[in-house]
Amino acid sequence: MSIIDKKTVEHVANLARLYLTDAEKEDMTEILNKILDFEQKLAGLNTDGVKPMAHAVPLENVMRDDTVEESLSVREAFLNAPCEAEGFFKVPRIVEKD
Amino acid sequence: MELLKKSALELRDLLDKREVSSREIVETYLKRIEAVEPKVKSFVTLTAEEALQAADKADEMIKEKKAGLLTGIPIAVKDNMCTYHVETTCGSKMLENFKPPYDATVVANLKETGVPVLGKTNMDEFAMGSSTETSYYGPSRNPWDLERVPGGSSGGSAAAVAAMEAPLALGSDTGGSIRQPASLTGIVGVKPTYGLVSRYGLIAFASSLDQIGPFTRNVADSAALLNLLSGYDPKDTTSLPHARPDYMQALGKDIKGLKVGVAKDSLGDGLDKEVAATVKKSIDAFASLGAEIVEIELPHSEYALATYYLVATAEASSNLARFDGVRFGHRSQEEKDSVTMFKHTRAEGFGPEVKRRIMLGTYALSAGFYDAYYLKALKARTLIKSDFDAAFGKVDIILSPTTPSVAFKFGEKISDPLAMYLSDVFTTTANLAGIPAMSMPAGLTTNGLPIGVQLIAPALGEEIMLSAAYALEKAVGTFGLPTLEV
Repeated sequence: MSIIDKKTVEHVANLARLYLTDAEKEDMTEILNKILDFEQKLAGLNTDGVKPMAHAVPLENVMRDDTVEESLSVREAFLNAPCEAEGFFKVPRIVEKD
Repeated sequence: MELLKKSALELRDLLDKREVSSREIVETYLKRIEAVEPKVKSFVTLTAEEALQAADKADEMIKEKKAGLLTGIPIAVKDNMCTYHVETTCGSKMLENFKPPYDATVVANLKETGVPVLGKTNMDEFAMGSSTETSYYGPSRNPWDLERVPGGSSGGSAAAVAAMEAPLALGSDTGGSIRQPASLTGIVGVKPTYGLVSRYGLIAFASSLDQIGPFTRNVADSAALLNLLSGYDPKDTTSLPHARPDYMQALGKDIKGLKVGVAKDSLGDGLDKEVAATVKKSIDAFASLGAEIVEIELPHSEYALATYYLVATAEASSNLARFDGVRFGHRSQEEKDSVTMFKHTRAEGFGPEVKRRIMLGTYALSAGFYDAYYLKALKARTLIKSDFDAAFGKVDIILSPTTPSVAFKFGEKISDPLAMYLSDVFTTTANLAGIPAMSMPAGLTTNGLPIGVQLIAPALGEEIMLSAAYALEKAVGTFGLPTLEV
């Protein structure tokens, strides 16, 4: 019973932007296999012609009037920022130096 | 102790007669919290000063005859609802120091009505769990037996009400997170129809399933609190625009001729014997009140858990992408480049269960697996909802167990995620279908642990659900709350 291998776990962890230690990758592979094995139950369900339902409420394209409303102040928006500089959220370098 | 034993509506009466002030009520509860909190650990953050100020404001409102139904009666709020400048941790290290710059709509409503907030209650991390054992801040304990879990994810709120640390509490329910802890702690918990209560300011777990709802000691108090919570909110695009009824009007109605559905297989294998016996007693109680018991079929319920854990984790993997160390929350010191910072921030900030669910959800949505898992689950969800549509063509409400067993011991299920997920086997269907459901106390085991039963109603069927629950409560009686020998 192996639905997902360590290499796939590494790929998914990268997609999820999640650093995993080697031991965590092993554990994750084992437990995800158990859960995915349980999920195989769905494979046996006939869903031919059944429409998918992402939401229980039949509301669509909820709009509001295009009017100016009060919003969060800049000061409040930065109160929880772990790293701020001159009115910007500061992040590590994204673009490589040439 | 006498004041602590009063229900919210009994307190309303005392407040209106001016026999007690809101300040006295809040002070009494703060003393109780001080006495039992070391045992129960319901709260992550206490807001005593703010609660006393709110109580004084409530006393003014009462004096000026501007009081609402719950003005002056304190409440505990689950720590995934934003409270302006008060820590909102979601049970996670990720949000250890997060102080929201705004109030959730439900919290704003409490403040406006003069409902003092005693504090923020403990929960499974990001509401992912059924025992509070995944909380970064340590578990809460079941007041009925301190060696047992209070359930989860809203376990702190349930424990607070059951331990008489608060007469009311707010929880959120994504797959049973209000109903399961209510059942395990012998109180009432209601998950409303999806869209009835605003989710604005509720930290999202699975957006198509999450709903906020009340924890109370009896059915009438839940109706009162639901009146306050329910309402259209333009800040939540999934908020239902329908007019809201007065749920208090639903109480005390004759339920003669009410059709109560019981699913064929809901009392079968895997169900604790004492839980099964209690559900049967509730069926008999409904019958003796003149309700008609109808056997129904929910053939796709057996797929609900598998469906739920794909839908919920897929949505969670997307919702939790916002925790990247940039705008708020924990940030790693590993700053070689942005992606490294993101990955380490998330590795350090999230606990094991949250990581597992992000991984499962990301996998279910990823290229090559989307059709087999996520899309398949959405189709199964349609079939689960169709089952309910068909059943509610024949019956008014459905009765079932809330949980397959009573409160379990610490450590019993935490090492096996699948065993923990099975706690939700009766509760996830209502979230998937978007319909209201509630748990209420219906008995005790021979060891004195509470057993709950679940009532499920069609969308926007809160009135008939509460009316049936109120009648059932009268018939089966109440079971008291533990005093914790203080």
